[in-house]
Amino acid sequence: MAELKKEPVDATPNVSAVETVDVATEAEAVAAIDAPVSQGEPILQVRNLVKHFPLTQGILFKKQIGAVKAVDGISFDLYAGETLGIVGESGCGKSTVAKLLMTLERATAGEVFYKGQDITKLSGRALKAVRRNIQMVFQDPYTSLNPRMTVGDIIGETFEIHPEVAPKGDRRRRVQDLLDVVGLNPEYINRYPHQFSGGQRQRIGIARGLALNPEIIICDEPVSALDVSVQAQVINLMEKLQDEFNLSYVFIAHDLSIVRHISDRVGVMYLGKMAEIGTDTQIYDHPTHPYTQALLSAVPVPDPSAREGRDRIILTGDVPSPANPPSGCRFRTRCWKAEERCATEEPLLAIPERFVAGSTPATHESACHFAEERDVVHAA
Amino acid sequence: MTTIDKTAHVPAPRESVSGDGPLLDVRDLHVEFHTRDGVAKAVNGVNYTVSAGETLAVLGESGSGKSVTAQTIMGILDMPPGKITQGEILFRGQDMLKMSNEERRKIRGRKIAMIFQDALSSLNPVLSVGYQLGEMFRVHQGLSKKEAKAKSIELMDQVKIPAAAARISDFPHQFSGGMRQRIMIAMALALEPDLIIADEPTTALDVTVQAQVMDLLAELQREYNMGLILITHDLGVVADVADKIAVMYAGRIVETAPVDELYSRPAHPYTKGLLESIPRLDQKGQELYAIKGLPPNLTRIPAGCAFSPRCPKAQDICRTDVPPLVPVTEQDGLELVGRGSACHFWKETIHG
Repeated sequence: MAELKKEPVDATPNVSAVETVDVATEAEAVAAIDAPVSQGEPILQVRNLVKHFPLTQGILFKKQIGAVKAVDGISFDLYAGETLGIVGESGCGKSTVAKLLMTLERATAGEVFYKGQDITKLSGRALKAVRRNIQMVFQDPYTSLNPRMTVGDIIGETFEIHPEVAPKGDRRRRVQDLLDVVGLNPEYINRYPHQFSGGQRQRIGIARGLALNPEIIICDEPVSALDVSVQAQVINLMEKLQDEFNLSYVFIAHDLSIVRHISDRVGVMYLGKMAEIGTDTQIYDHPTHPYTQALLSAVPVPDPSAREGRDRIILTGDVPSPANPPSGCRFRTRCWKAEERCATEEPLLAIPERFVAGSTPATHESACHFAEERDVVHAA
Repeated sequence: MTTIDKTAHVPAPRESVSGDGPLLDVRDLHVEFHTRDGVAKAVNGVNYTVSAGETLAVLGESGSGKSVTAQTIMGILDMPPGKITQGEILFRGQDMLKMSNEERRKIRGRKIAMIFQDALSSLNPVLSVGYQLGEMFRVHQGLSKKEAKAKSIELMDQVKIPAAAARISDFPHQFSGGMRQRIMIAMALALEPDLIIADEPTTALDVTVQAQVMDLLAELQREYNMGLILITHDLGVVADVADKIAVMYAGRIVETAPVDELYSRPAHPYTKGLLESIPRLDQKGQELYAIKGLPPNLTRIPAGCAFSPRCPKAQDICRTDVPPLVPVTEQDGLELVGRGSACHFWKETIHG
């Protein structure tokens, strides 16, 4: 993987590109979207992305009484050819981020720049072009494939929506090629999903994601429904495909070991916010945010000799409701370092002051007032 | 000393383990399911023992027969289509498979309790948790509603549910996933059983909550000196809590070992492959080793060793002869206590 230089997060990137959207015709937008991006350049820039789901009361006269703040202002970059892992507990908003990047949900506020185009504002032909380039692999291969369609129809359906990718007569052959690429027998084209095992179905899901030659694939828990021995097969396949087609992955999962294995950079989410983001070594070996440390220390390590020596932080309680998150730092209700300042002042995602000067692995963005390095993964 | 009192309706005080024998001894258990597609052989000769205070982890992928074995021990297997064709399940020396339904009902819940994987679907959504917890006391001990409620609050305190007295009349949906799993644990603990079977107790939970629940389970186990059978597919959880491990594949135990030994020196290619196929948290590896192929269809288990079609070391003998579970020894013939492997080539696997 190419050396990825992390630039300081700029609140208004590509100002010139943003302005051009206003005047550009749709055709220009489509042209921009189809232009190639070189390796190591940011392909997706997320800025202060927010998604609130309204809570309403009443049947006829609906009145909004609040909002579930599923995603509440997150920013990150995805570089061409890299894998960005996003981890967090259930309910932290990671799947909502996936839906927002796919424009399956409309953002409440914030921007997602794909090659300089804000996809949250696009519509029509330009949006369709974006959707062709950003595809998704879903978690559950048992419910994400239509049981009444053959494999050929499931994968081929993408060409009905985007006919420019494959001419009509060529589609069957294309589907067979795709099956071959993901390691399935091309003769299975007329079979139905129930005739496959979980791992094979996930391969079908991946083939569908690949069909339109996308640049970005959003993977929402792609292996968590699979058996251990099959997980490794699917992970290896995804890594092979990334090299072959120069794909960028946003890899969302709750299994921290798998995320470390596949990711170049990792973002840790808590209650709709990004708590910490950095390269895999920075996050796993030099975490500075208390939540990351607690999360990592809770992961059972498959090594009984590490059972005694490990530094375990057991958090108390559950994740608070995103409809009514704590003031200030959202983690403070479960944090052992919390002080008064945490309740009043929200820590911003930035390189903590004490680490700014140095260039140690602890120098990465962490949203904590009391950021401190602590290795919890390696046994003492 | 009789261990199962057939006449008493009032619970006897907690008995100590009689003799030196294990609490539970499963011997050569075979279970089949008769389905439209043929006979699925889910369990094919499983042997294991659990003593008081001991944690046995049963490790296996889906379809390996680990849950079916547990259901058979509990006596909650659906029959038909399930059928126990062979074997014995000795609880304190008595074969539970020969007991009447009435006798088994006295053991189930009182002596052997089970924690299920999915707490939301295992709890009744239309009854309050207090009612469901109290049911154990009302049915088994004949307590009044009031007494049962008081005991339930005590139990909820014990599994560290905050404000137990206030939450006793709440319904399952009002609790979070971790709290629901605590209620399941409380229910299993209610009558202070000798043995708890936990079937994937933390699979549906987040890691931070998983750590809380596993800690609680270990603490309560120590306190009551219970035997614990932990059924899981997570090699990490096993390494954290188990004393000994039984690895299952296609309805058979392919390897048994004390926990440290299994991870450092596996004696079966399947175990070895599993250990190599999991990514590590503390280091970034290269490409993962992947066991090729898929677990077998239980209606058509391959001849010989069931793992042979996926095994990198398979020879002709593996495709014809079923390998028995043999004791594993050191290179010089020194016996390794508690170790066994069902592989024709275990020597090559463990000693390289």
